Amino acid sequence: MSTAAAAAPRSIAVPQTRRIVMGLLFAVLGLVLWFGFGADVGAGETTTFGLTPGGVANPLPDWVLPSRPALNILALVCIFLGMVELVRGFGRMTNVALTLVSGLFVFGFLVWAAAGTSTNLGGLLNSSLDKAVPITLAALSGILCERAGVINIAIEGMMLTGALMGAMIGSVAQNSMAGLAGALAAGAALGLFHGWLSIKYKTNQIVSGTVINIFAAGITSYISHLFLQANPGLNNPPIFPTFPIPLLSKIPVIGPIAFLNNPFVYAMFILLIVIHTALFFTRWGLRHRSVGEHPKAADTLGINVFRTRYVAVVLSGMMAGFAGAYYTLGSVGRFDEVMTAGRGFIGLAAMIFGNWTPFGAFGASLLFGFADALQSKVAILGIPIPSQFLQMLPYIATMVVLAGVVGRSQPPAADGVAYEKE
Amino acid sequence: MTKSKGKPKGKAEQGKAGEAPPPDAAHILIQELTATPPEPPGPKRSWWRRAWRVAQVPVLAVFSGLLLGGVLIALTSPEVHAAFQVSVLQGIGTAFAVVFRAYAALFAGAFGDPLKMAAALQSGDPLAIRRAFNPILESMVAATPYIFAGLSVALAFRGGLFNIGAEGQIFIGAITATYVGYALVGLPLIIHLPLALAAGALGGALWGYIPGWLKARTGAHEVINTIMMNYIAFRLSDWLLTGPMMRPDSFNPVSPTIQESAMLPRFFADPIRFHLGFFVALGVAYLVYWFLFRTTWGFNLRTAGANPNAARYAGINTGRWIIITMTLAGALAGLAGTNEVLGVNHNLAMAFSSGYGFDSIALALLGRSHPLGVVLASLLFGTLRSGARRMQVVAGIPIDIISVIQAMILAFMAAPAIIRTIYRLRQPAEAEEEVLVRGWGG
Repeated sequence: MSTAAAAAPRSIAVPQTRRIVMGLLFAVLGLVLWFGFGADVGAGETTTFGLTPGGVANPLPDWVLPSRPALNILALVCIFLGMVELVRGFGRMTNVALTLVSGLFVFGFLVWAAAGTSTNLGGLLNSSLDKAVPITLAALSGILCERAGVINIAIEGMMLTGALMGAMIGSVAQNSMAGLAGALAAGAALGLFHGWLSIKYKTNQIVSGTVINIFAAGITSYISHLFLQANPGLNNPPIFPTFPIPLLSKIPVIGPIAFLNNPFVYAMFILLIVIHTALFFTRWGLRHRSVGEHPKAADTLGINVFRTRYVAVVLSGMMAGFAGAYYTLGSVGRFDEVMTAGRGFIGLAAMIFGNWTPFGAFGASLLFGFADALQSKVAILGIPIPSQFLQMLPYIATMVVLAGVVGRSQPPAADGVAYEKE
Repeated sequence: MTKSKGKPKGKAEQGKAGEAPPPDAAHILIQELTATPPEPPGPKRSWWRRAWRVAQVPVLAVFSGLLLGGVLIALTSPEVHAAFQVSVLQGIGTAFAVVFRAYAALFAGAFGDPLKMAAALQSGDPLAIRRAFNPILESMVAATPYIFAGLSVALAFRGGLFNIGAEGQIFIGAITATYVGYALVGLPLIIHLPLALAAGALGGALWGYIPGWLKARTGAHEVINTIMMNYIAFRLSDWLLTGPMMRPDSFNPVSPTIQESAMLPRFFADPIRFHLGFFVALGVAYLVYWFLFRTTWGFNLRTAGANPNAARYAGINTGRWIIITMTLAGALAGLAGTNEVLGVNHNLAMAFSSGYGFDSIALALLGRSHPLGVVLASLLFGTLRSGARRMQVVAGIPIDIISVIQAMILAFMAAPAIIRTIYRLRQPAEAEEEVLVRGWGG
C-alpha cells in the first residue's frame, strides 16, 4: 500500500486554487442557469410540479412556478455562493456548498425541462429512491467487506446469484420469505467462497472477485436456460407487497415518497442505521474496522483476523444476495439473465463516493438512482440533450471524486491486502 | 531449489494447507528426497520437463475445470435424474454418457469431425474440404479477439496494473474503427485498412490513457476508474448508434457497413469467415513479446510494475510508465474491437462485445501474462466458445457452461495451491509469478 501510494506523485490540491476553481464553478453554473436555461424559457411560461407520486389517494395540489423568475433566482443564489467562495471561502463547508449548488442546478434543470408543461416531482423522487435501493444495498455489502480489509468486486455476481435463488426457491415454495432465505444463503455461500480463495489461499482479492463474477454470470444464465425457460412455474415468485408505514406515510410530500413502499426500502433504511451503529458505535465494529486498518495490531491485541474477515465476507455476501432478491422478490418478480445490469459495480462506486460510510454511500446511491430516474423522465419531456449523457454523469462524478477533486476518499488502510500470520 | 530456501517454504505451505505433520523421521527423509541441490549432477533437464514445470498448473487447471464442468452437466441433466430413479448404476452410466456426448459435440464443434475431414480430403472436392475444416477455422476466428484482449490485460499485469476496462476499450476501438471504415471513401485497401486498424488502436488507447493518467497523477485506482470508463463507453456507443452513427435507412441501432477497402481480407469463399486478423493478432503478440522482453522500454515497464520502489531508485519514472502501460493496454484492447468490426461483423451493433473484457482477465492469468501463454489460452477459449455453440445445438447444453468452466479455470490459476494440493505437486522452485494489484488507495 505504502509503496503504491508513493508510486503516484499525488498532487494535493492547493486550497487556494481549489477555492478559486470551486468559486468559478459555482458562478459558471449560475450563469448557465441564467443564460442557458432562463433565457431559453418563454416569458410567461410556468413549470408545474406534481408533488405526490402517481396512484396515491388525496394528492397534494400541484406546485406551479413561473419558470423564468424561478431560474433567475436560482442563478442568483448560485452566483452569490460562488462569490462568497471566491472572496472568503467556505473552508470545511465547501463540499456542503458544492452539494447545495449542484442540487440547485439540477432543480433549475428540471424547471427548464418542464417549462410550459408539468412533471411529477414526487414520482421522480420516488423512483429515484426505488432505483437507489439495490445500489445502496450493494454499497453496504462492499462496506461490510472492505471495512475488514477484503475488497469485494464480486457483489455483482453475488447479486445475480441471489436474484436467481430468490426467484427459484420463492417460486417452488410459493413463499417470498423462503425465497429471501435462499437468496441470503446463495450470497453467503459465494461470500464464503470469496473468503476461502482470498483469505485462505491469499489469492488476489480482485482476481477472486472476478472469478465469482464470471462464475455467477455463467451459472445463472445456464440454469435459466436449462430450467427456467422450460418451466415458467419455477420463475414466478410471489413478491413482497407494498405497504404504508402507519403514521409516517401521512406526512405531506415525504410520506408518500419514502413511507409508502416496498419492504425492501424500509429494510434498507433499517440496515443503514444498524450497520452505521454497529460499525462505529460497538465493540464489534471497532474490531471489524481495526482488522481493515491494521490487521497486525489487531492480531496482537487478540482479535482473530481470519475469523473477522470470514464473518465480513459472509455478511457482505448475504447483503449482496439481499440486494439481488430486491429484483426478483421486490420489484420485477421474475429472474432475467444479467438483470442486475452492473448495479453491483455502481454500488462499489457509491461506496467509494461515500467514503466507505453507510450514509455517504446512501447519498451517492441516491444520486445514481436520481440520474437513472431522471433520464427516463427527460426522455418523456423531449429535451434536446441525449439521455445517454445524463446517464454518464454519475460515472464521471465518481471518477472526479476518486481523483480527489472534491476531497479525497480514504479507503481502509489494509484494504485488499491478504493477511499473513507470522 | 536450494536447500536453505526450499525447506522453510515447504513447511509454511504444509502449515497453511492444514495437513497433519508427518512423523519426524519420515519428514526428514521426504525433505532429503525433495530438496534437490541447485545444479543436479548428470544430464541437464530435458526441455519438455522444463516446459511441463511451467505448464503443469495451467494444464491441470484446464483439466480440472473441464472435469467440474462435466460434473455440472451431469448434475443438471434431467436425463441423468431420470436414470437415477431407475437405479444408481444406470444413473452413473447415463451421467457418463451425457457428459461424453456433450464434450464430444464440443470437440467436434471446435475442431471438426475427423472422419468428415478424412473423407473430404479423399474426395478432393474443395467445397467439402472447406466445410470439413470450417469448425477449426471458426475457432481461430473466435480466438482472435481473445488474443488481443488477453494481451491487453497481460501487458497491464506486467506493468503492475489491473485493466478491468478492456470491455470499454474494445467498444471505443470498435467505434473509431467503424467510423474510419465507413466514412472514408475511395481509398485503396493498402491505405484504408491500416488506417482503420490504427484508428481502432487509437480509440482504445485513449480509453486506457485516461485511467492511466488519473492513476499516475492522482493515485485514483485504475480498477474502479476503468469500470466507470466501461459504462461511459457503453452509453457513448448507445448514443452514437441511435444518433450520429446510425445507418440512415435503418430503424435499428446499427452503424453503416464499412467500405470494402477497410475489411480484413478473408481467405476463403463466403461461409468461411477466417480472415487476416488472426495473423495480425499473432504478429501483435510477437511484437508485445519483443517489446516486453527484448527492449529497454519493456524492461522499464516490467520493473515499474514488479517493484515501483526499486524502479524509482533506478531512475525510472513510474508515473510515466503507468500511463504508457495503460495506453498500450487500451490500444491492444481497442484492436480486439477493431478486429471484430473489420474482420467479422463489418458493422457496429449495440452490445456486440459479449463479455470479452472479463474473459480476457482469465486469459491473461491462464497465460501467466506471457504473450505466448496468452495466445495458447486464447486458442483454448476460442475453441471452447465455438465448440460450445455446437454443443448447445447437438446436446442441448447452454453455451453459458463455458463461462462456468472459465471461472473454475481462473480460480485454479489464481490459487495454484489448490491444484498443487489436489494433484500432490511439488512446490515451485521460484516464487509464483504474481499479479500485482493493490488496494483502492493507489
